[in-house]
Amino acid sequence: MSHEAALQNHEGHESHEHDGHHEHHDTFLTKYVFSQDHKMIAKQFLITGMVWAVLGGLMSVLFRLQLGYPDSSFPWLESILGKWAKGGQITPQAYYALVTTHGTVLVFFVLTAGLSGTFANFLIPLQIGARDMASPFMNMLSYWFFFTASIVMMSSLFVETGPFSGGWTAYPPLSALHDASPGSKTGMDLWIISMALFVVSSLLGGLNYIATILNMRTKGMSMTRLPLTIWALFFTAVLGVLSFPVLLSGLILLIFDRNFGTSFYLSDIYVNGVGALSNEGGSAILFQHLFWFLGHPEVYIILLPAMGMVSEIISVNSRKPIFGYMAMLGSLFSIAILAFLVWAHHMFVTGLNPFLGSVFVLLTLLIAIPSGIKVFNWLTTLWRGNIRFTPGMLFAIGFVSLFISGGLTGIWLGNAALDIYLHDSYFVVAHFHIVMGVASMFGMFAGVYHWFPKMYGRYLNNSLGYLHFWITIAGAYMIFWPMHYQGLAGMPRRYFDFSIWESFKQFADLNRFISTVAMIVFATQILFLINFFYSIFKGRKVTVLNPWESNTLEWTTPIRPGHGNWPGEIPEVHRWPYDYSKDGHDFIPQTTPVGEDESGTH
Amino acid sequence: MSTALNTKNKIHPQKMYLYAGLGSIVMMFAGLTSAYIVKKSQANWLDFDLPKVFFISTVVILLSSFTMQMAVKKAKEGLQNPYRGFLTVTAILGVVFMVLQVQGFMAIQANNIALTGPRSNSAASFLFVITLLHLLHVLGGVIAIFGVRFKSLSAKNIAENTLPVELLSTYWLFVDILWIYLFVFLQWIG
Repeated sequence: MSHEAALQNHEGHESHEHDGHHEHHDTFLTKYVFSQDHKMIAKQFLITGMVWAVLGGLMSVLFRLQLGYPDSSFPWLESILGKWAKGGQITPQAYYALVTTHGTVLVFFVLTAGLSGTFANFLIPLQIGARDMASPFMNMLSYWFFFTASIVMMSSLFVETGPFSGGWTAYPPLSALHDASPGSKTGMDLWIISMALFVVSSLLGGLNYIATILNMRTKGMSMTRLPLTIWALFFTAVLGVLSFPVLLSGLILLIFDRNFGTSFYLSDIYVNGVGALSNEGGSAILFQHLFWFLGHPEVYIILLPAMGMVSEIISVNSRKPIFGYMAMLGSLFSIAILAFLVWAHHMFVTGLNPFLGSVFVLLTLLIAIPSGIKVFNWLTTLWRGNIRFTPGMLFAIGFVSLFISGGLTGIWLGNAALDIYLHDSYFVVAHFHIVMGVASMFGMFAGVYHWFPKMYGRYLNNSLGYLHFWITIAGAYMIFWPMHYQGLAGMPRRYFDFSIWESFKQFADLNRFISTVAMIVFATQILFLINFFYSIFKGRKVTVLNPWESNTLEWTTPIRPGHGNWPGEIPEVHRWPYDYSKDGHDFIPQTTPVGEDESGTH
Repeated sequence: MSTALNTKNKIHPQKMYLYAGLGSIVMMFAGLTSAYIVKKSQANWLDFDLPKVFFISTVVILLSSFTMQMAVKKAKEGLQNPYRGFLTVTAILGVVFMVLQVQGFMAIQANNIALTGPRSNSAASFLFVITLLHLLHVLGGVIAIFGVRFKSLSAKNIAENTLPVELLSTYWLFVDILWIYLFVFLQWIG
C-alpha cells in the first residue's frame, strides 16, 4: 500500500520506536480480524455493539410484549423460546432473565463498547495527530477480551437453567447462592466470567486511551487545543480505569462466596428445599457499595463520550465556536470527580444512615451544576448559529433534549426523601432510560452519522437518517414519558404481570401503548442498520477531504486513511479546533498557522 | 497560548500506560481494604494475630526490590551477565516470597481458623483473598521477569534499550510497596 510505503520513509524522525508494526504485510486475517489498526478495532467494537444492540433490543421487545399483552398468548414465542414461553406466554423466570440480560447487555456491551470502545479508538489518534495508540497490541487484546466476554455472555442464553435472572446489579444472595433461583446456577457463573473478561477489556483499552492522549499528541497540540471529544474520552477512560477494578474486587469476593463457602455477603439464610445455611456475619449491603462504586461512574462512562461528541458536532454544524470551552472542560472534570462520590444515592432505602444519606444527597445534587453549565453552553452554541441540520446534528440536538428531560428527574431522585417513595418504581426506569440509555444512544448515533464518511469513505443515506431520527425521538418520549406517571402512581419495577393488581389495572391500555411504540422504535433501528450496512458498500462516495468543513485533524487525512493515518508527516497544530465564523472565514482548520492580523486566538 | 509540545521530551507512552495500570490496581486493593474496614465494624469479626512468617516474607520482598534495582543499574551499564544474574535472583526471591505466603495461610489454618468453607470467618477470608490477589500480582511479575530475561539473550547491547527492565522494575517496586501497605494494614490498622 502506497500509504504504508510513504509512512516508512518518515519512520526515522517522525514516530516512536514502537511504531515498527507498519512493516507487516496485510493479509485478510491481520487487516480485518486481528487488526492492530485503531480504526479497524473501532469498527469491530461498533459492529459487535450493533449485534448486541439488536439482541438486547429484541429482549426488551419480548418483555414489553408480556407487559403490554399479559393475557394473550403468542404461539410463535414458543417456537423461538421453547420452554421459556410455554403455551405462547413468557414464563416469569424467562421474564426476569430477559430483563437482567437486557440491562447487562445494554449498559456494558452496547453503550460502553459502542461509545467508548468505538469512538475512543477511532477518534483519539485521528484527532490528536497520532499514527496509532500507545500500544496497538494491547488495543487489539482489548477488543478480543471484549469479544470473548460477548461469547460467554451469549452462551449463558443457551444453558439449560437459563441466564442469570437476578437483575443487572447482581445483588447477593440471588447472585451468591446456586440454589436461590434457576438463573443463579450456571447462568451466574457465565455472567461473572463474562464481566471479569469485560473488566480486563475495559482496562486494556482505557489505559491505552490515557497514555495516548497524554503522550502522543502531535506538535502544537497542547491539552487546551484538544477537541472536547478527546477531553470527554479522556475522563471516560480515567473513570473506567479507577472504577472497574473495584467491581472486580466485588466480583472476586462474590466468587469466593459462591464457590468456596465464605461469608462476605451472606448471613442467616434459609433456602427453601435446602434448609438453613451455615454462613454467618456477611453483609449483602457490602456488595452494593462495591457494585455502585463502579455502577455510578459507569453511568458517566456511557454519557461523557456522548457529551464530547455532541459538543463537537453542534459546534461544527452551527458554524460557531463552542460556547465556553474552558467551562465545558471544567464541567467534564467536575462530573468525573463527582461520579466517584455519589454511589450511595442508589442505596437510600438500604437502611443507610440518614446523616450519611444527606451528604450523598448534597453531592448528587451538585452534579446539576456542571450538567447545567453544559446544557447552557450547548444551547448558546446553537443560538444564532448558521445551523446545518444534518442527521448527525439532529441526533446531537436530540441528545441535548433528552439530557434535559432525563436530567430534571434526576433532581427528584437524588433527594433521599423523594427517593424513598420513588425507589424501584417506573419513575426510576423512565429517568435512567431517558438520561443515560436513550440520550447516550443518540450521542452514539450522532457520532456514527457524523464520522461515517471518515470510517468508510461513503455517506449514509440522509432521508433514511431523518426518518430514523424523528421516529426514534418521538418514540423515545412516547415510551418513557408515560412511565413517569406510572411510577408516581406507585407502579413498581420488575413486576411480571400488572393485570392482577387492582391499583395498576388502570394502566393496561397505557402499557399496551408503550409496548406498541417500543416495537415500532425497534423496527426503525433495523432501518438504521440497513442504511449502515448498505452504505458501507453502496453509499454515495465521499469526494472531498473535509465534507463537513470541520477544523479537526481527522479531516486532514486521506479519504480512506491507511494504517498510520497520514501518508506524510503528521500535521502541526497552530490553534484550537473551534475557529468557526472567525474574521470573515467560515472555518479555519487547526493546521492553519495564525495570521498576522488575526484577532485573539487560542 | 502554550509552547509547542514535543513528544520526545515527555515520558514514554508505555510508562504512562503502566502508571495508569498501577492506579487501577491501587483502586482494586483500595476497594478490598475499604470493604475490610466496613466489615470489621460489624458483628461476628474474629480477631487473630498474623502468623510470624509474614514478617519474613516482607523482608524477602524488600530484598528482591533491592536486587531488581541492581539489575536495572547493571542493564544501564551494559553489563550482561550481572544483569541477568540479578534478574534471576529477583525471580527466585519472588518465588520464595510466594512460598512463604502460602506457609502463612497454612499457619493460620493450623490454628484452627478456616480461610474458606462453611466454618470460615470473614476476617480470615478477607486476609486470604487480599493476600492471594497480591500473590497473583507477584506471580505475574515473576513471569514477566523470565520474559524479559529470555528476551535479553538475543540483545547485542543491553544498555541500548532498557525500557522493558525499567517497566519491570517499576512494577516490581509497586507490588513490593503494595505488600508493605497490606502488611501494615492487616497487622496494625485492619
